[in-house]
Amino acid sequence: MDVAGLTLCAAVEGLRKKTYSSVELTRAVLDAIREKDGALHAYLSVDEEGALRQAAAADAARAAGHDTDLLGIPVAIKDLINVEGQPCTCASNMMQGYVAPYDATVAARLRAAGAVFAGRTNMDEFAMGSSSETSAFKVTRNPHDLERVPGGSSGGSAAAVAGGEAIAALGSDTGGSIRQPAAFCGCVGLKPSYGRVSRYGVTAYASSLDQVGPMTRTVEDAAVLLQTLAGVDPHDGTTLDTPVPDYRAALVGGVRGLRIGLPKEYFVDGTDPEVMACVRRAVDACATAGAEIVEVSLPHTEYAVAVYCIVGTAEASANLARFDGVRYGHRTSRPASVFDLYARSRAEGFGQEVKRRIILGTYVLSSGYYDAYYGRAQKVRTLIRRDFTEAFERCDVLFTPVAPTPAYRIGERCEDPLTMYLGDTFTVPASLAGICGLSVPCGRTAAGLPVGLQILGPAFGESVVLRAGQAVEQEVRA
Amino acid sequence: MKDTINVAYVAELARIELTPEEQQLFQRQLETVVRYVEKIGRLELSGIEPTQHGQNLVNVFREDQTVAAESEARELFLANAPERNGYEFRLPKIVEEA
Repeated sequence: MDVAGLTLCAAVEGLRKKTYSSVELTRAVLDAIREKDGALHAYLSVDEEGALRQAAAADAARAAGHDTDLLGIPVAIKDLINVEGQPCTCASNMMQGYVAPYDATVAARLRAAGAVFAGRTNMDEFAMGSSSETSAFKVTRNPHDLERVPGGSSGGSAAAVAGGEAIAALGSDTGGSIRQPAAFCGCVGLKPSYGRVSRYGVTAYASSLDQVGPMTRTVEDAAVLLQTLAGVDPHDGTTLDTPVPDYRAALVGGVRGLRIGLPKEYFVDGTDPEVMACVRRAVDACATAGAEIVEVSLPHTEYAVAVYCIVGTAEASANLARFDGVRYGHRTSRPASVFDLYARSRAEGFGQEVKRRIILGTYVLSSGYYDAYYGRAQKVRTLIRRDFTEAFERCDVLFTPVAPTPAYRIGERCEDPLTMYLGDTFTVPASLAGICGLSVPCGRTAAGLPVGLQILGPAFGESVVLRAGQAVEQEVRA
Repeated sequence: MKDTINVAYVAELARIELTPEEQQLFQRQLETVVRYVEKIGRLELSGIEPTQHGQNLVNVFREDQTVAAESEARELFLANAPERNGYEFRLPKIVEEA
């Protein structure tokens, strides 16, 4: 059987109808990885035996009358989510050889639903990057053009799903790390609202921003996966105890009467004309289908990347202080002092982008600079949030490009960190505001590169965002 | 915000040893980033409350739970230690010469 093009929903139907077993399905995924990953480099490690054992257990459970929407479905996992007994390197030399001692809550939820862990996907080191090039181990390729990046930081998950090496995957998004690689690779990616999905057991980058979410072939698949991931977790005090709606049921309804806001700050010169044309086409298709289009303004958009550079790196510098060579992670040999133990373990364990961000974060938090940078950034964050609150009084969802360009060439932006950061212009504001965002394919460039439409909704508005995404998927043939 | 980042000093605060090449490279790159983020200095922010989180959360409490010391978890956690001595993390000698 061929897993390329197979959706999660179709796969579970195949299992229910006994067209194939989970062992057969899992074997097909493992075969696809073996066949294709030599070119794509989407995975860092694959536990074939463990996956087949889980698949056999899922088949036995199904034979005994059990059923869930994920029972026996192989799911690829970004390599910063702990799955007990598996490596969790965060694509860093710092964590080489580490074996996860427990399940992250999202992993435990997948396990309880009977999902199979298909393998660990590549990423930017500690999720710091937008191209997956900062991985210490390999450079993942874009399945649509092997000379181009898959986006990042969840580039391995996106490439695996789009390249036919996974049916569905988990990613994480701090400033766009699910949405942008989904757009670059032509798959669906959902960043849930802050507090919707537990982050317990997920290696922290910036704690006030990080969220785990689904990366899939269809919007319906994303809805199904989110259903299992979402909900309050006593292990993560930032999760909210609000009811989890039936996301799949929310997909019907189309866009008739839906108010779609176009933030004028996202439709400016500087965005690739082909990207803009695809986004416009999606907007027009929804208007034809009965949506109401309204222009709105998010006046503080231009400050978002600056705020993100400050808040994200500040939190990273605090979170990554735990890597000190003492209890786990890389330790230098023969340190001459305590300082030396820390400074050399960290120098040897971290790659350049991680070092840069820790240093910038330490700077913006340091005595004499805290108020000017971190303090001010938190206040500007309030203004960015307020922009969205006001916009959502006039519309139900916002449509924007995910990124100003399609996937760029490998190596093209490595020398200039600021250019790389500015590529996150359209995804970072929603992260700072804590709202949800979906990336859905909306066309291709003349060269065949996928373009993503970003659909933003209010906090805990996943249902309306998925509903709009489903409509775009149906109205626009990507 | 007239002076700019001193990478050598901040790297020391962050406990990261840099090679001279890295120090030079980061100095140049981070000066550019710091200059860029200074645009937030243009905004009038008096009376604006800071946002610390993605959502407005109040304190969340739960009971502490104790885990039996002989649990399997202890072995799993210690298995990741760079060096161990039975059930202890083993560290290099930390008493420095005077």
